[in-house]
Amino acid sequence: MHPARKQRLMLVSLVVVLSSAAIGLVAFALRDNINLFYPPADVVAGKAPIDRSIRLGGMVVEGSIERSDTDLDTTFWVTDYEASVAVRYSGILPDLFAEGEGVVVEGMLDKGGALNATQVLAKHDENYMPPEVAAALEGKSGPVQTPQSL
Amino acid sequence: MYFDTLTALWYMDGHGIYVWVAYALTAALLIAMVRLPISRFRRHWGWVEAERRRTSVSSPAETEEKGG
Amino acid sequence: MWTIIHKMGSPPWFFRFSGALVRWLLPLTIALLCVGAFWGLLIAPPDFRQGNSYRIIYIHVPAAVVALAGYYVMAFAGAVSLIWRIKMADVTMRAAAPVGAALTAIALFTGAIWGKPTWGAWWVWDARITSMLLLFFLYLGVVALFEAYENKTAAARACAVLSLIGTVNIPIIYKSVDWWYSLHQPASIKFMGESAIDSSMLYPLLLMIAAFYCLFVVAVLLNMRAEVLWRHRESGWIQQLVERA
Repeated sequence: MHPARKQRLMLVSLVVVLSSAAIGLVAFALRDNINLFYPPADVVAGKAPIDRSIRLGGMVVEGSIERSDTDLDTTFWVTDYEASVAVRYSGILPDLFAEGEGVVVEGMLDKGGALNATQVLAKHDENYMPPEVAAALEGKSGPVQTPQSL
Repeated sequence: MYFDTLTALWYMDGHGIYVWVAYALTAALLIAMVRLPISRFRRHWGWVEAERRRTSVSSPAETEEKGG
Repeated sequence: MWTIIHKMGSPPWFFRFSGALVRWLLPLTIALLCVGAFWGLLIAPPDFRQGNSYRIIYIHVPAAVVALAGYYVMAFAGAVSLIWRIKMADVTMRAAAPVGAALTAIALFTGAIWGKPTWGAWWVWDARITSMLLLFFLYLGVVALFEAYENKTAAARACAVLSLIGTVNIPIIYKSVDWWYSLHQPASIKFMGESAIDSSMLYPLLLMIAAFYCLFVVAVLLNMRAEVLWRHRESGWIQQLVERA
């Protein structure tokens, strides 16, 4: 390679390496802020601030959802299978919100360690499958839905 | 085919509005992505043709300096 | 490989080659897009959790995948332009930027439309989504920077440096869902091991990804052809082409 080109190649590589290093360091320093939510274990361990709004993410504990008969108040527990946090929410929940499913809730922690949520977001996983496949996987003995056809 | 009727296809169990808006906007952008460079190409081509006609009328032998 | 790159550096050769390529690649792309959209919208089954809203995946994922790959094309062209000072590399970089910006915009707004019914929010300042927004600004930055300079060689150099610095963002976008807690789900298509998406839904998705790749190539070539025509409008070979037409 021509020496001038070689030098420019080194310069280009240097730009990429240095900017990667700079951004890598920034990302490392800000890693707590880049995380969208705290897992329940961190909240229970007191790592989450209590004086401002935080996000909590995890699975909705099976059988923990309690809905009020008179208004939209809902309480449920969020777990990461190490610790659990109680959540209170008043409002309409997303369609995908269900027991045993992922959720990200935003709100303030109260003194008792429960979270008063202002927003509830459903978090779904990367698995996509047709309903009949899901039913077969769960081992449901009910009639398998056959795909409709035109 | 998954959907039984056109209405079911349009409505998609309440998600139709989201799906169709997303597809319509995407289609518009994809078409623009192809149409814009083609029309730019045609414009430039037309410019070269017009310039050739102009120079061949005024001075057939030499090509003049042209502004961008 | 090197002969192709060498020939690509010659505008008359590129002009003939790209003209022939686009002539059959454009109809193929349109056919792929139509078949893929028809398959994804009408034939593929609904998702067991999300119902029909997941059908947005057939435009959201291909747009995002090609927007990321397109950035590497732009940055590689930028590196070639800086090191070898090939004019055609500048043209490639300039042509890829608006196409990449459009694809990133598609990925962002289809994601927002998909997020509303599934997550419950149009927009979340999640690591994946925010880094994708940064990608959009990087593409727009290259377009704007190119226009800001009167001198096209200086413009190409500034854009090449900007796009090279921006390459850091690509692995961040790709790995953001694994490195940090985020709302966005991890990748469903896996290169190694079994994909987390059922094959009846995967095939139309792969078809759409192929279609978007073809479309990227077509759109970039068309942009390059328009640019080459303008840059060489005074040259003999363009005059000959116009005369023959």
